[in-house]
This record gives sequence, structure tokens and C-alpha cells, in this order.
Amino acid sequence: MKFLEKNLVEFNVDVTSPDEAIRAAGKLLVGEGLVEEGYVDAMVQSYHENGPYFVLAPQIALPHARPEDGVIEASVSFLQLANPIVFGSASNDPVKLVFALGASSSNEHLEILQKLMTLLNNQENVQKLMDITSYTEMEQLLGGMES
Amino acid sequence: MKILCVCGLGQGTSLILRMNVDNVLRQLGIQADVDNTDVSSASSERPDLIITSNELAESLSGHPSKIVIVNNYFDLNEIKEALESHFN
Repeated sequence: MKFLEKNLVEFNVDVTSPDEAIRAAGKLLVGEGLVEEGYVDAMVQSYHENGPYFVLAPQIALPHARPEDGVIEASVSFLQLANPIVFGSASNDPVKLVFALGASSSNEHLEILQKLMTLLNNQENVQKLMDITSYTEMEQLLGGMES
Repeated sequence: MKILCVCGLGQGTSLILRMNVDNVLRQLGIQADVDNTDVSSASSERPDLIITSNELAESLSGHPSKIVIVNNYFDLNEIKEALESHFN
């Protein structure tokens, strides 16, 4: 399981569309060998087919596809967007934080979602994720969460 | 009481919702059978309650089960209020 490790996190990323945001977050997972390239296409396709339901809280998107679309290891990457992007979600637009989820069918899938929920169920953490500018600060945030 | 949490693929988003719904039900002391699935499977199921997002609630309009909308899946208070409004 790879959860928001250094190579899976980027700050102040400049994208201009939802597709580009999903692809940029997915590319981080591909780069670490956690999902196949086709998984990224499947995430974009799911957005086009099922709409922006995965914008599941104000400013937070969690694009993902199915395990069988090419997940190698349960994983989550993170993009902090330089400019908020409209995904078409009536209640939660615009998106500032993108977490790409490599959804595995193993028990690790539950564990990784649990970690994500511990992080995002806390509104203070969400605000920090908007404000931080370096991985050092990210580590502090994740470290504080576990203690 | 059967509750179904619904998202587009039934993999990630609905599972997060389900875990938080479980948390809230525990707080409220309500016993229920909570499951998660994708929107197309949901149309053939008949739970007592469906919990989903605004967008997917539209695609489920006409479904015989009662539908509750949650906008922020990480806001336990919103989930609690949505569930309480159903149970009261």
C-alpha cells in the first residue's frame, strides 16, 4: 500500500480542466508503478459516464476506477491545484484538492480508505491541505494524524 | 432496516460513505444492515433507504426506496442530520 508518499504528492499544480486534473493525479500513480496507464483512461471515462459524484466533499475530488481496470497496488496520490477547477458538482465545486485512488480488491483497499477518511473527516486537515506548500508540511500533517 | 450507499462504480466513494454511515448509526444507537453498490445495481435493489450524492439521486429518481442525499461525505454532522431526518 502506498499512501501519499513523497513521489505521489504535488503542490500548486496548474491544470485547466477536470480531465487534465484526473490525468495529472493518475500519472503520479503510473510513475510509481502502482497502476497501469489504462487505469488513468478508465478514471477519465468513469467521470464522463457517471458524472462528478466523486467530488465527495467541498473542493475535494476522489477520481478512481475499478480494480480490474489496472490496479497493481492499493494507492492514493494527491494534487493541490493552483487554480480551482469546476467539475460540474452542484454542491461541491470548485475542486482544489484531487486524490487519485488506486482501488484494489484486497483488504488494503479498506485500510487505505480508512486512512483517507481519518485525514479528511477533520476540517482542519482539509484547510491545511489547501495551504501547505511542501512535502515536509505534508509529513507533519500525516504524522500528527497517526499519533 | 437495510441501507444502501450508492456511487458510480460501487468501489471507493460509496465505501467511504458506508463507513461514515456506520459510524453515525453507531452514535445514534441504530441497528441497520448497511451495504454499498454502484448506481446500476442499485436500481434493481429494494433497500429501505438509499444514501447517495445529489447527482446520482437524479439518476435514481423513480426508485421505490426512500432516497437521502448527502453532499459532503466527510461531514459526519451532515450525515447524522440526514439520517435523523429520516428516522424522526
